[in-house]
Amino acid sequence: MKKIYDKGKTLTGLIIFVVLVSSPTWYNLVFGKGNYVPDLKVEKNGKECVKRTSYMKKNHMELLKVWRDEVVRTGNRTYVREDGEKFEISLSGTCLKCHTNKQEFCDRCHRYVGVTPYCFGCHNIPRETRK
Amino acid sequence: MIEKALTGGKNYWLWLAFLSSLTFLGLLSYLKQLEVGLGITGMSRNVSWGLYIANFTFFVGVAASAVMLVIPYYLHGKNEYSRIMIFAEFLAVVSVFVALLFVLVDLGRPDRLFNVILFPSPKSLLFWDMLVLTGYLILNLILGWKACEAEKREIEQPYWTKILVYISIPWAISIHTVTAFIYCGLSARPFWFSALLAPRFLATAFVSGPAILLIFCLALKRFAGFDPGQNALENLRKTVTYALSVHIFFFLVEFFTVFYSDHPEHVKPFRYMLFGYEGHYHLVAFSWISLFVAVFSFFILMSGNFLYKRKLAFFILTMLIFGIWLDKGLILMVAGFNPTPEVELEKYMPTFPETIITIGIWSLGTLTLSLLTNIALQIKKSI
Amino acid sequence: MKRRDFLWIVGVSAIWGIFFPRVLASQEKNRDKRWVMLVDVSVCAKNRDCEACIKACHETHNVPNVGGSKEQIKWIWFSKFEKVFETEIPPIAQKKLGSWPVILMCNHCENPPCVKVCPTSATWKRKDGIVMMDYHRCIGCRYCMAACPYGARSFNWRDNKRYVGNVNYDFPLRNKGVVEKCNFCEERIAKGLQPKCVETCESRALKFGNLYDADSSVSKVLKERTSLVRKGYLGTNPNVFYLL
Repeated sequence: MKKIYDKGKTLTGLIIFVVLVSSPTWYNLVFGKGNYVPDLKVEKNGKECVKRTSYMKKNHMELLKVWRDEVVRTGNRTYVREDGEKFEISLSGTCLKCHTNKQEFCDRCHRYVGVTPYCFGCHNIPRETRK
Repeated sequence: MIEKALTGGKNYWLWLAFLSSLTFLGLLSYLKQLEVGLGITGMSRNVSWGLYIANFTFFVGVAASAVMLVIPYYLHGKNEYSRIMIFAEFLAVVSVFVALLFVLVDLGRPDRLFNVILFPSPKSLLFWDMLVLTGYLILNLILGWKACEAEKREIEQPYWTKILVYISIPWAISIHTVTAFIYCGLSARPFWFSALLAPRFLATAFVSGPAILLIFCLALKRFAGFDPGQNALENLRKTVTYALSVHIFFFLVEFFTVFYSDHPEHVKPFRYMLFGYEGHYHLVAFSWISLFVAVFSFFILMSGNFLYKRKLAFFILTMLIFGIWLDKGLILMVAGFNPTPEVELEKYMPTFPETIITIGIWSLGTLTLSLLTNIALQIKKSI
Repeated sequence: MKRRDFLWIVGVSAIWGIFFPRVLASQEKNRDKRWVMLVDVSVCAKNRDCEACIKACHETHNVPNVGGSKEQIKWIWFSKFEKVFETEIPPIAQKKLGSWPVILMCNHCENPPCVKVCPTSATWKRKDGIVMMDYHRCIGCRYCMAACPYGARSFNWRDNKRYVGNVNYDFPLRNKGVVEKCNFCEERIAKGLQPKCVETCESRALKFGNLYDADSSVSKVLKERTSLVRKGYLGTNPNVFYLL
């Protein structure tokens, strides 16, 4: 094992670095935002979702990726749920027809978790949902 | 070993600062390009590759040309190059790096670069190009590093580097061949659609690479007080001269085939390039400059006195490299895309930001080469 | 088992493992559909200023109207006969045909050079013959544009969404940095509709159908009338035919 040169300075530097990097977490804890959860408007203008809510919360992006490849690459536009119910595979045509409030549903949570999916860059928001 | 890159005089640091600032400007322009899109370049619907891919081709050639030193040194045991072998390897490393950067800045969606690996498509020559270029980069990094280490510790290189050297010889040929195949496999572009393209690329590569190395050695001799050995310089001069004669010969072969056969699709881009076509003369001046420089410098280079007239040597070699860069770079692109599928002629003019990005990449390459060179020089001095 | 036999078995199964999927893939090519488009040039010649199909297609597919020629995006467009069929028709015949407008679009070649060169398979040939684009996968290297002999591919040199006039909310837009082109109205065929350009043309200059169906109108017309394809000598085997 080699000896660490300038031990004191190195360790101080490391500690400052760790504090700085984790500062947003400290900030939120101090100002009581530690338990903040975005207030999502879950509108259900229609039938039950294609999958259970618990599944969708965690995995909707994976499902959308599978759907994307189904339509674009294999040309299959219908999704059949386990119970036999059929859905058209379409982000703006199926998902957003039920979840009409994109801003207070999709966007709010995406902002909270700090992701910017580029789906909506090309896939239109249906007219009735536009505000 | 890396710390040796950071020891040098005032001029060395000024040189690094100069290159860094150019690189920084290039980076700023690239950020602009990321934001706006490739629309800030001069490329268009019809001329859809430009300065970036031109430079990519040129630097793959420079990288491949290291074999012109590897073969005599390692295969034939000629010792003339023993003092500069390491620089040839570094130049190859930096050139591959620069070539890859030029591909990166040319992509419309650089964030998806790894799709090439995620969805490998062996039918595409770009897939193979990625394989051979990264392979060559790694190969030369290992060889360069081991050579440095061996020199520093004054020991023999490990035996397995010899095997890597033998692999690197056909590999070097392959990188430029695959690069040529990118173009010559396209029946849509008659200017490129020639089996002679890969040999022509190799010939021009063996001109430009050793010529750059020759300038580099002359500069080291002048500014860094390093003597590469007169024999090494003399042999480099001969290599450039022979390769140049092959280049001129290949050009004439292509010229004859195209103009004698008078095949309309093949003759049009060549006519556009050399004589102008339907009132469009965009490339004519560049083409003749490139040709004239090649022939003129061939005669000058034949003289053995050439190397003793340092200023003339600098001038001629710079012009020659520029001429080759035009030939297998800019002209190859513009004549390749003209006339368009609907028999129109489309001009291509690189824009300011595009040029700055290009200069930025050159600077980054030169910066890397300077750092590596300094390491090697420090080692050589310390022995 | 002898070591020699063992090695043989390993070797043979390895080769089998590598090539068997390919054998399966090649069997897939036994297809029952080959979509083709017929363009009746003589009909278009009677309606020289008609751009109905171009307008309808570009509106349906949110093709931006960038303006100028440099960064233009085109799914369907026209050029003069003498430019398109420069080498196919002798100059004397061009006297009559030369100035005729010819509708151009992606040829959905049987042997598409663009598909061959794509380093990510972002463009590929479907079983029904349509050359598709996956805008999610395209890295924007523009190799396909260099490989296409017909100039059928356009690149989004910048964010062109603001140039889309009236957005069709049933069809996606495109991001900057990807290549796009005509998709033979793949999304409409899936619903059993004709391509938008065919549906729009009032003078019925365009016909669309399955060439592998001997009873389809396109098969019958192609057997009877003289037709041209663009740059047939390149071996791309286009699926857009021009009726004289």
